[in-house]
Amino acid sequence: MDLNFSAEDIAFRDEVKAFLKENWTDQDRKDMGNGLSMDHDMPVRWHRKLAAKGWAAPNWPLELGGCPWTSTQKYIFDIETANANCPRLISFGLNLVAPVLYTFGNEEQQKKYLPSILSGDTWWCQGYSEPGAGSDLAGLSTRAELSDDGTHYVVNGQKTWTSTARYADMIFCLVRTDPTAKIKQQGISFLLIDMKTPGITVKPISTLDGQQHVNDTFFDNVKVPVENRIGEENMGWTYAKLLLTHERTGIAGVARSKNRLSELKIVASAEPTGTGQAPLIEEPTFRAKISQIEIDLMALEITDLRTLAGVQKGGAPGPESSILKVRGTEIQQAIAELFLESAGYYCQPFVQDTHWGSYEGEMIGADYSTSTALQYFSTRPATVYGGSSEVQRNIISKAVLGLKFK
Amino acid sequence: MDFNLSEEQTMLQDSVSRFIQNSYGFEDRKKYIAADNGFSAENWNMFAELGWLGIPFAEEHGGFGGGALETMMVMEEFGKGLVIEPFLATVVLGGGFLSKGGTPVQQEQLIPSIIEGKLQLAFAFVEPQGRFNLADLTTTATASGDGYSISGHKGVVLNGPSADKLIVTTRTSGDQRDESGITVFLVDANAAGVSRRNYPTIDAMQGSEITFNDVKVSADDIIGELNNGLPLIQSVVDDGLLAICAEAVGAMEVLYKTTVDYSKQRKQFDVAIGSFQALQHRMVDMFIEHEQSKSLMLLAAMRLAEGSDEASKAISALKVQIGKAGRYVGQQAVQLHGGMGQTEELNVGHYFKRLTMISHTFGNADFHLNRFGEL
Repeated sequence: MDLNFSAEDIAFRDEVKAFLKENWTDQDRKDMGNGLSMDHDMPVRWHRKLAAKGWAAPNWPLELGGCPWTSTQKYIFDIETANANCPRLISFGLNLVAPVLYTFGNEEQQKKYLPSILSGDTWWCQGYSEPGAGSDLAGLSTRAELSDDGTHYVVNGQKTWTSTARYADMIFCLVRTDPTAKIKQQGISFLLIDMKTPGITVKPISTLDGQQHVNDTFFDNVKVPVENRIGEENMGWTYAKLLLTHERTGIAGVARSKNRLSELKIVASAEPTGTGQAPLIEEPTFRAKISQIEIDLMALEITDLRTLAGVQKGGAPGPESSILKVRGTEIQQAIAELFLESAGYYCQPFVQDTHWGSYEGEMIGADYSTSTALQYFSTRPATVYGGSSEVQRNIISKAVLGLKFK
Repeated sequence: MDFNLSEEQTMLQDSVSRFIQNSYGFEDRKKYIAADNGFSAENWNMFAELGWLGIPFAEEHGGFGGGALETMMVMEEFGKGLVIEPFLATVVLGGGFLSKGGTPVQQEQLIPSIIEGKLQLAFAFVEPQGRFNLADLTTTATASGDGYSISGHKGVVLNGPSADKLIVTTRTSGDQRDESGITVFLVDANAAGVSRRNYPTIDAMQGSEITFNDVKVSADDIIGELNNGLPLIQSVVDDGLLAICAEAVGAMEVLYKTTVDYSKQRKQFDVAIGSFQALQHRMVDMFIEHEQSKSLMLLAAMRLAEGSDEASKAISALKVQIGKAGRYVGQQAVQLHGGMGQTEELNVGHYFKRLTMISHTFGNADFHLNRFGEL
C-alpha cells in the first residue's frame, strides 16, 4: 500500500498541467462562470480539444479511443481539470450510451455512432424516466410497435427529465415492445432515435434554480428503423442495467467537490462571522461544518480510489459503488448549502444576468454570492436523478447486505 | 395556562385562512408575482378593508389593538399560502418602529396611512460587512445644518422597490460595531441622494440595494432615541423574527401534509410510495419538526405578548428550531416528491425556497444558537 504518486504519475500530472495551460485559458475559466449558466456548447468545445489530444474518453477500450491510464492517472486527470474549473463533459454519449454500444451493439452500430461520440460531434440525451416510471424505471410504458413489414418501430409515449434534449442530435430510449410480458423487466427494448425524426416534441421544464436544463420529450408515431435497436428485442433491460452501473461511477464527483470546498474556504475567509467581527471561517460552528464535509470527502476519495482500482483489476464496479452516488451527492449538497450560508443575506437576490460568466455589470453583493441560491437549488436533484438515494440504498441493502425487500 | 384562542382571535384566523384558501392558489399567486410591483395591489387594498393592516396598531390610531399573538396568527396563515404582499416589511417592521419608537407626530401622520393601505415601508438595515450584527454599521448620519446627512449602502432591503419611506439604521457616533451611537431615521425613498437598484429575490419577493449619498434629513425624522437606537431595533427585529418563524410554521404544515398526500397517491413498484417504511419515518420526522416548531412559536409569541424578559431568548430558541426544521422539512418534501419536487410547476419547491430564505433572515440558526447561550 502506498498513497504517493510514482515518478510516472508525476510526469503525467505535469503533462496534464501543460495541456491545460495551452488549451484552457483564463478567459475560458471566466466564461465558465459558475458552470451552471454557461453557454450550452461550452462542454462541447472542451470535448473537442480533449478529443484532439485523445483524452475525451479515458474509460473506453484502448482500441476504440480510450486512454492507457492507470486508475491513479485518471484520478490525477480529474483533479487537475476540476481545479482548472473545466466543464464536465456531457456524459450521455461518452459514458452512458457508448459502453452499451461497444458491449452490446453490432459492428455497424459501433462504426456508425462511436466515432462521432468520441469527437464530440454528436450530442446524445437519455430517454429513460417517464411520468409514471421514476425510481421504478422498469414500469415504463412508452410503446414501440414493430411495423408489419418488420422494417421499423412506431414509438408513442412520453419521456421526462431528458436533460439537454433541446440540443441533442440523438436520444437512446427504453421502450416497451412486449406489453404482455409477465415480468415488467422483460418486454423492454433499447432504441437509438434521431431527434430530428418527425413526431418528436421537446418541452422544457423550469426547475427551482430558474433554469430549463430538463425537458419533457413526447413521441407521436415516431418511426424508428429496426436497425436502430441495440441487441435483441425485449432484452433492453439487461443492457440498460449495465449502463446504470456506469452512470453510478464518476458520479461521486470527488475532484469537483474538493475544488468547491477549497473555494468555499476562500470565500468564507472573506465573509464576516455572524457578529461581523472575524472571518466566517473562524466561527466555530461554521468551521465544524466545513471540517465535517472535508472528513466525509477524504473518506469518499479513498472509497472512490478503491473502487477504481477494483475496476482496473477487472470488470464493472459492483453494487457497493452505490456508496459513491449516495455520499458523493450528499457532499455536493452540503457544500452548496454552506456557500448559501456564507453569503448570508446576499443569497437572496436572484438576477439571472449576474449568473453568467460573461456578465460585465456591477454585481449584487460579493461576486460569488449571486449564484449561491442557484447552486443550492441545482444540487437538490442530485439525490434524485441517476437512481435516487433511496434506490441506491435499496441496491446496497439487497445486493450487498442480502436483506430482502418485501 | 391556556392555549385556546379568544373568540376575536378565532374570527381573525378564520378570515385569513378563508382568504388563503379562496384567493391564494398556485395560479393566483403566479399572477400576483407577475404584477408590476411584484405583488397584488388589489390584495393589499383588501387587507386594508378587512382591517388586517391595522392588526398590531393601537386603537387610538385606528388599529385593531392586537399584539404578538395576532401577528403570529396572520403570518402563520400567510405562510400556508406563501403570501408575497409586504405585510412583514410595512406592517410588522415599519409599523413596529413607528408604534414603538415614533414621535406622536410621526405616528399620527403615518400609522393611519399604513392601515388604509396607502403607505409602503421598508427596513434598510443590512450592510454587506455586518452580516447579522445589527450594530455593525458603516452608514453614517452626520450633523449638517439643522439636521443630518446620511451616506452609505444598505443591502437586500425587502420591499425596497415599492417603499414610500425607508427606515434606516445609521451610525451617529462611536465606532463601527459599538452598541451605542446608533440612530434610526425615517427617510423619504424618493429624497435627493437616494438611489435604488431593484431586483427579485429567489423566493419571489422584491428587494433593493440602496445607496444614500449625502441625503438630508431633519432631527424630526429620528425614530426613537438619538444615539440609542439599538434596543428599539432589536425589539422590532424580535417581532420580525416571530413573524417570519410563524410564516415558516405555516409553510411547513403545508409541506408535510402535501408530502403525505403525494406519497399516498404516487405509485411505484405497483404500490403507493407511502407504504415504504423508510419514507414513512421521514414523514413522521417532518411532522414532529412542525409540531416542535409550533410549540416554540407559541411560547415565543406569548413571551413577547407579556413583555417578558425571557422573550428574546424564546425568540432565539424559535429561530434555531425553524432553521433546523425548515431545512429538514423543505429538503425532505422536495426529495420525496422526486423529480416533480424540483420543478417550478409544483408548489413544493416554492415553499422550500421561502423556508430556505427565512432561515437566512435576521440571523441564521448558528447566530441564534450563540445568542441563546449568551442571553
